[in-house]
Amino acid sequence: MEGGPEITLAALSITFLVGLSRAMILFIVTSGLSFVLGVLRVPNIAHGSLYMIGAFAAHSIATLFGGGPAGFWLALILAPLVVALISLLAERSLFCHLYEREHLMLLLFTFALMLILGDLTKMVWGADYRSIMPPPALQGFISIFDSPFPKYNLFLLVIGPLVAIGLWLFSTKTKIGKIARAAAVDREMVGAIGINVSWVFAFAFVLGCMLAGLGGALVSPTIAVTIGMDHDIIIESFLIVTIGGLGNMWGAMAGSLIFGITQAFGVLFWPQFAIVFPYLAVVIVLTLKPTGMLKSVW
Amino acid sequence: MVLLIAPSFLPRFYIYFLAVIFVTALLAMSLNLCVGHGMLFQFHHGVFYGVGAYTAGLLLVKTSLPWWLAFIAGPLAAAFAGLLIGMFCIRLNRLYFGMLQISLGSLIWAIAFRWYALTGGDDGIHGIPMPDFISSTTGSYYFVLIVLGICLVLLYLILKSPFGSTLQAIRDNPERCAAVGINVRRHQLKAIVIATFFGGVAGVLFVVVEGSIFPDLLFWVLSLEIFIMCLLGGWFTFAGPILGAAIIVSLRTFIGIYTEYWTLILGVILILLIFFIPEGIMGYNYRQLFRSRTQYATESQTE
Repeated sequence: MEGGPEITLAALSITFLVGLSRAMILFIVTSGLSFVLGVLRVPNIAHGSLYMIGAFAAHSIATLFGGGPAGFWLALILAPLVVALISLLAERSLFCHLYEREHLMLLLFTFALMLILGDLTKMVWGADYRSIMPPPALQGFISIFDSPFPKYNLFLLVIGPLVAIGLWLFSTKTKIGKIARAAAVDREMVGAIGINVSWVFAFAFVLGCMLAGLGGALVSPTIAVTIGMDHDIIIESFLIVTIGGLGNMWGAMAGSLIFGITQAFGVLFWPQFAIVFPYLAVVIVLTLKPTGMLKSVW
Repeated sequence: MVLLIAPSFLPRFYIYFLAVIFVTALLAMSLNLCVGHGMLFQFHHGVFYGVGAYTAGLLLVKTSLPWWLAFIAGPLAAAFAGLLIGMFCIRLNRLYFGMLQISLGSLIWAIAFRWYALTGGDDGIHGIPMPDFISSTTGSYYFVLIVLGICLVLLYLILKSPFGSTLQAIRDNPERCAAVGINVRRHQLKAIVIATFFGGVAGVLFVVVEGSIFPDLLFWVLSLEIFIMCLLGGWFTFAGPILGAAIIVSLRTFIGIYTEYWTLILGVILILLIFFIPEGIMGYNYRQLFRSRTQYATESQTE
């Protein structure tokens, strides 16, 4: 194949791998959204804001600890916890009172939360760009087919499946996971057997947000961290969840893969319109299967 | 009425400001046709607003077609987009409907955002030529006011007609309607097309008032803002969205003078709304007035 940009095997493989690593970030973030959607049946519009806060928090934590490798790893662990705390606050103080109300109200609440968190982030961290340096072990490139491939992306390629497996084990093997899944399918029944459904929801929400924060922390060395990140990611996550099947984690994985890879190839073939490729893929999937590729949880 | 003679004594900024309210009010009213009266989760109504604006704007800038043709093409394009997107979404219910619409709408946004040559990318297009009689602030004000008035009358008639009543019946109890023999989906689709048409009109009016177009019009955040306006004003009432639009635009303009954190305040307002007055301000008033008449919280008001 020739013509246009350098379409060599090396370029294709690198593009594919880059798309794959981007898909891993998307997956981590979207799995959280999907989980919340499955259990609470509400798409959390503020999910992107929590991702953004995760990224900013990671930056602050890393800088606090000197910016070196220790800072990075600490940030990776602490940032999601910070995000979890924020989401717990929001949930227990306001969100939980809305559980008996119409779904639309819950959705609008998450929108309000997004607006508020967005501006709070601007207040606390300001509007300039930041980024973190990954630890030396993950810096630099390795060579695949004689082309450079960032080592950090390789790291993402490992983390992504780890998170997926972790989530899967969690939701199928642990008691809490199973309760959460049961609540997704039939919350009244779960309440009827004596489990406090409100706390199950709280837990699910916090877990989902924590995943968003983790995604944000992981992505911070690769892109410029700034406000507006929340808008970008939430649309992508929404679309992925829609094509994957609402609430379905493997669907989120499949959707993320489609999204990440089409975007990467879009950049290769038609840089100006790269952004259109994933959206097109979404339209195609939805035309063929309007309710998403895999079964939705409810 | 007051609005008609306002430009003679108001400073120029306020005339512009009122015109903006009118445009937004029309947009909110068109959304409410779907949401309040049809219970369709039209999450991305902004797309049709943007399509109307872009069509009119682009035609005016890039071609030498007469202005009235461009003005008519806008809503038609929007209604066409509404038909297309509607056909996709109408097969699904509620949440899926909304999310699919966001997806498709975002696709259009992405295209407009990136197609620099045609649409000016994220800068948008400025300085769109207007025919003389509406290019001044006062002129545009009157034009918008007249068009708004006509559209409001039309919307009112539509809602009062059998079509409108059927739509509300579908909103309240779709299974029963289907049992009676109404083609629920087709009816909803028609409502969507009408609503998007008026959304397109609002888009054209936006171009008249502002003289420019940006991709922000197509962005989903704007769509949710319109949603909030409907909710704030009262989404089961007829004129609620107008009130909602007026309040939000006023707040946005005046609070924006003091702080850049308008989004934060909007979020707080929304939260207060959700917790305390979910039927919106006008809905709340209705409830107060008719409290003796009904026992349970009013959901649908017939006017």
